Amino acid sequence: MIATLPPAESWLERFPLLVRDWITGHLPESLGWLAVSLLAIVVILAAFGLLFAYLTLAERKILGRIQNRPGPNRTGWFGLLQPFADGIKAVTKEDVVPREADAVLHFLAPVLLVAMSLLGLAVIPFGRHLLAANLEAGVLYFFAAGAATELAVFMAGWASHNKYSLLAAMRALAQLISYELPLLLSVVPVVMLAGSLSTTHIVDAQGGWTFGWIPHWHVLTPWGFAGFVMFMIAALAESNRSPFDLPEAESELIAGHLTEYSGFKYALFFMAEYFGMCGLSAMAVTLFLGGWQAPCAFLEFIPSYVWFTAKLLTLLLGFIWIRATLPRLRMDQLTRLAWKFLVPLTLLNLANAAFWSLSAGWSGPMHWVRWAIALTVVVGPFLLLGRALTAGVAPRTYRYA
Amino acid sequence: MNLTFALIAFLILASAVLAATRRDLIHSALLLVGNWLGVAFFYLWAGAEFVAFAQALVYVGAISMVVLFAVLLTRRMRTELPLLVATRDRVVSAVLGGAAVFGVLAVAVLRTPLDTNPAKPAGSVSMLSLGQQLMGPQAAAVLIVGVLLTVSLLGAVVLASSDADGKEGAP
Repeated sequence: MIATLPPAESWLERFPLLVRDWITGHLPESLGWLAVSLLAIVVILAAFGLLFAYLTLAERKILGRIQNRPGPNRTGWFGLLQPFADGIKAVTKEDVVPREADAVLHFLAPVLLVAMSLLGLAVIPFGRHLLAANLEAGVLYFFAAGAATELAVFMAGWASHNKYSLLAAMRALAQLISYELPLLLSVVPVVMLAGSLSTTHIVDAQGGWTFGWIPHWHVLTPWGFAGFVMFMIAALAESNRSPFDLPEAESELIAGHLTEYSGFKYALFFMAEYFGMCGLSAMAVTLFLGGWQAPCAFLEFIPSYVWFTAKLLTLLLGFIWIRATLPRLRMDQLTRLAWKFLVPLTLLNLANAAFWSLSAGWSGPMHWVRWAIALTVVVGPFLLLGRALTAGVAPRTYRYA
Repeated sequence: MNLTFALIAFLILASAVLAATRRDLIHSALLLVGNWLGVAFFYLWAGAEFVAFAQALVYVGAISMVVLFAVLLTRRMRTELPLLVATRDRVVSAVLGGAAVFGVLAVAVLRTPLDTNPAKPAGSVSMLSLGQQLMGPQAAAVLIVGVLLTVSLLGAVVLASSDADGKEGAP
């Protein structure tokens, strides 16, 4: 959390800072920095722990409604206590470890997974003054922390000493590695245009409005829109969410690398999945949706953290909606989508962003030419590549007897 | 500060020693990942933030996967390797190879004029200047390294795809 305060800030905006100063004010000076860091960690853990709990409930409720059934509604009012009941169930369940399993690695895998998926949240600016660690290479840090989750998945599969777990772990790794590339490549244009790897700078670069109501968010540029969509597709795959949930397709593949896990360790894997989903969504908000910036100038009186939360929840609801809508992909379709479709398009998008950056000085009628060229580079290859890849496969015709 | 350095050095050295003496190859590979992570911590301690995160991203995220896949795809089952010396030739070549690498690195480190004046801290290099160095004066070196890595990757694919059963064109 940064301590510099512009004086014109409203008290609502500064409210988290005031609370922090009130808490750390009772401590001696020497312990101050430690208390501030610990407070940031505690707040992130508590906020995202609670978000995780109610996200599971929201997911079950929304999925239920979409499938025309009520969803959980027996525990507490509207089922609001369901996450806690689930938590108690997971804690009190027996923890079974296979006799032949590698006990240390079997235990370490879920712990490492949760720890690594939480680490990335440290560099997300949740509000104007809400940032746990302001790193110069924040974006790189986020993806470096996320890369270690692959290791945890491998450890889980290998330590279970079960050939199905191991095969599933390899399958999960193939997916994670395939989608890591479009994920990172769709971020590069943002870094290029903002000229910085720092998350605060990237959010600042998206500040301001045209005519007072069109925000300068990256998603509202041709390359930014394409990058945002591809980032979200890759994020879906990276966090093992449907339609890319092959690693633990519970109905067909007996939960993949989680086969030999039970009790709270099993719950930890899902906790990590939700944390990863929240982290990637928060990163998408930061990189493409203007972070904590308000969409219109006259809406700035609403505190920045409220805007961030609203954008984050919108993306998370999108994740849930997609899960309810799309069927699961096959493994070959999954890798083909990554290597033949997303990677070429992200590379083209990189060139498009370079053009956008070079043509920043164009004005008057050339402004429209700039938009036309950039839009053509986004839409043209998408249509051509999509047609070429689906030739002979889609649109499918169904014949009923 | 020195305590932190001692801890990091202990992590690096201990994981290296353990990795070399484990009988289970997967354990060795995972300990090696710990070693790489230790090196990333060292970079972070030394103030090279960008290099540290790049090290973590590339080694812990990518190279570790290459190593683990190589181990799993080349070994049929979970065999425990005997920690015995195979032949005398192997020992000699191993010692010679290790000594040659060490010699090259030692000479390179000793020949490089380093500013080791402790009174004047070097200060962290900003990422902007690092990027400009890499893309400007050092661009040729970066390109050559890129080409080398691509060549080695293609070589690995060629080696791995030449199956004994003679199946051609399998994806």
